[in-house]
Amino acid sequence: MPLATVRTRVEAAAPDLHGTGSRATRILGAACLVGMATLLMLAFWLTNPDERVDEETNIVTGQFDAVRLLYVHFPVAIVTYTAFLVTAAGCIMVLWKNSTWWDNTAAASAEVGVLFCGLTLVTGSIWGRPIWNTWWEWGDVRLMTTTILFLIFVGYLAYRRTMTDPQIRAKRSAVVGLIGAINIPIVYKSVEWWENRTLHQQSTLAELKVEDLTLFAMIFGMTVFLMIYVWLMVHRFRIGWLEHQAETAGLAVAIAERRAQAPDDIRNAVTDTRSSLPDSGVDT
Amino acid sequence: MDPIMREIWAVARKDLLIEARSKVVATQVLPFALVILILFGLALDADRSTLRSFTPGLFWVATLFAGILAIQRSVSVETSSAAFEALRLSGAPGWKLFAGKALAVALQLLAIEAVLGLGVVVLYRASFADPVLVVTAALAATVAIASAGSLYGVLAVGMGVRDTILPMLLLPVLAPVLVAATRAFDDGLGTTAVNGWSWCALLAFFAVIYGTVGALAYAVVIEDA
Amino acid sequence: MEPAVRVRDAVVLLGRFPALAGLDLTLEPGTVTLVQGPNGAGKTTLLRLLAGLAPLESGQVSVLGHDVRTETRQVRASVGLLSPATMLYEQLTIIENLSFWASLSGHNDVDLMAVLDRVSMAPFADQHVETLSTGQRRRAAIAVVAIRRPRLWLLDEPHAGLDQAGRDIVDGLIADALVAGATVVVASHELDRVRPLATHVATVAGGIVHAFEAVGNGSDHA
Repeated sequence: MPLATVRTRVEAAAPDLHGTGSRATRILGAACLVGMATLLMLAFWLTNPDERVDEETNIVTGQFDAVRLLYVHFPVAIVTYTAFLVTAAGCIMVLWKNSTWWDNTAAASAEVGVLFCGLTLVTGSIWGRPIWNTWWEWGDVRLMTTTILFLIFVGYLAYRRTMTDPQIRAKRSAVVGLIGAINIPIVYKSVEWWENRTLHQQSTLAELKVEDLTLFAMIFGMTVFLMIYVWLMVHRFRIGWLEHQAETAGLAVAIAERRAQAPDDIRNAVTDTRSSLPDSGVDT
Repeated sequence: MDPIMREIWAVARKDLLIEARSKVVATQVLPFALVILILFGLALDADRSTLRSFTPGLFWVATLFAGILAIQRSVSVETSSAAFEALRLSGAPGWKLFAGKALAVALQLLAIEAVLGLGVVVLYRASFADPVLVVTAALAATVAIASAGSLYGVLAVGMGVRDTILPMLLLPVLAPVLVAATRAFDDGLGTTAVNGWSWCALLAFFAVIYGTVGALAYAVVIEDA
Repeated sequence: MEPAVRVRDAVVLLGRFPALAGLDLTLEPGTVTLVQGPNGAGKTTLLRLLAGLAPLESGQVSVLGHDVRTETRQVRASVGLLSPATMLYEQLTIIENLSFWASLSGHNDVDLMAVLDRVSMAPFADQHVETLSTGQRRRAAIAVVAIRRPRLWLLDEPHAGLDQAGRDIVDGLIADALVAGATVVVASHELDRVRPLATHVATVAGGIVHAFEAVGNGSDHA
């Protein structure tokens, strides 16, 4: 659909709209910015590097400064799984209730989820370099699971792009998304059995020298990134919703145009008595 | 034959008959699988013992790639005759159509795997320490691949959908099957000391899951094929 | 008597294009309706809608007493659609195709050779479809539909690609269907050929029915 047509239909559907922002999102956005600034301050300045001194040998071990990246990596991973959970829920609702609202939510959440999944992989890789001495570790359960999760939902988004009919797209991508989501715990278990040991911190919080500030920073980080997720979701959802409205708003017009084709056609039909070869099936 | 199986077998038999006459899988897909084995051998430039230890992984990667082609062939048999519409009109329940198509794909895949098995013995000097485990694992993995593939194969056709999306959709989903099958073969071919039978059980689990999901979703998906 | 086909304000979308834009149509049982109209008018979509294959965006459609939305399976089981695509597997023989479709639709007791004989394709029963001409494939496709013994025949350009003998076969089948009490809908550009057989004519253009009239000649062929 040409952009000019989309614009006129969107304007017809929502005349007072000048973007997908609203008072609520502007407040939320400001809060996110403040929160991010605070988080970065916490992560890179106020908290201490992870140093643990072995009491007997006096050797200092730990993640040192690398732990600072965890204040971003861990929340980003949480948001990733949250986003894909929302997509999975949306897929179920589409198949069950045939809901456009949920289809839009599923797609929006998948996009945001893929973004955060990429961030998870990147921050995890950067964190892992000094800790594991490698950018990529094949044996690690969570790394493998997150990578396959990334591929599955990139595939989901690519698949959605191949279909233009909204009903068909909703139903079929719901099947793909749901199977993909169900597969994730399976992948997790399989890889876990595959490598009995894992380099990933089994319980990051427990092993760190947990000071009050560290714990606070972690939870604060989760909150900030969840707020960012919501902010992104609201905007992406609204864009998708407007697209949907632009598509359906045109229906009555299209029907009228279609019916108006008739008078010329009837004239032509009466004079056309020649037989025709069968079409390839495209003839409507 | 009892009525339930009759329709399933009619669909499978039809696909196998078409293959017997057109020989597409036998002359195109099977050699492709062998070529993959050979290319791996060339590219890895490894000594004999290393190649032997790679065998399970290479075998299953070759099988997966060949499987993609076999599934695309299974679907194109229907689309080239506009037959999905006729299948919907026929009134046969979706799960039976699924079972028949998946059965035909599975049988063809098993034939390919048999030849690949011969191939790895000859090319990679693999040996069968536990043939029962190898065969059982191959059966379970094949059912899983054929089931998931038959469903995704139909998802990858329709107005506007290109079948080039099939590998991207199917392979990440089959990743755990690849892991499990490789491990089971590690035990069955004697290359690594693992408990192959527990991996085999996992493969059976996948076979059941993908068989069930495919049967449930097929009717919904072919409505738009 | 309940109408064989009742369509009320049907809208069918292909993608976002309204192929049918609020179509109304009522057909009585035992009639032969010619659907005429230019290319792109919506004739094929109308037939597919009546077969239960096209998704209904809005409106009500009931075919042989079954609602197309809620009782799709029953609708499909009672109709026979002859579309431009032959729906035959190239690598199989005609008789193999027939027995496959017969067993899938549950019609295992039908005498396949008798049906083939009716379309004058009996000598070709063991020939592979890929070796047949267009006209012969069409006849084989007609046999596939005939096996189902549908109560509603939906024929999309049935005469196209057929020689004189083939066209006579189609006309004969339409007459047989009438005798058996079925209802026939024929979408065709061959007005001279089909009008004499028809009891009604519907003119479709722009996704709706513009004219519907009885022509009353079809009963002579019964």
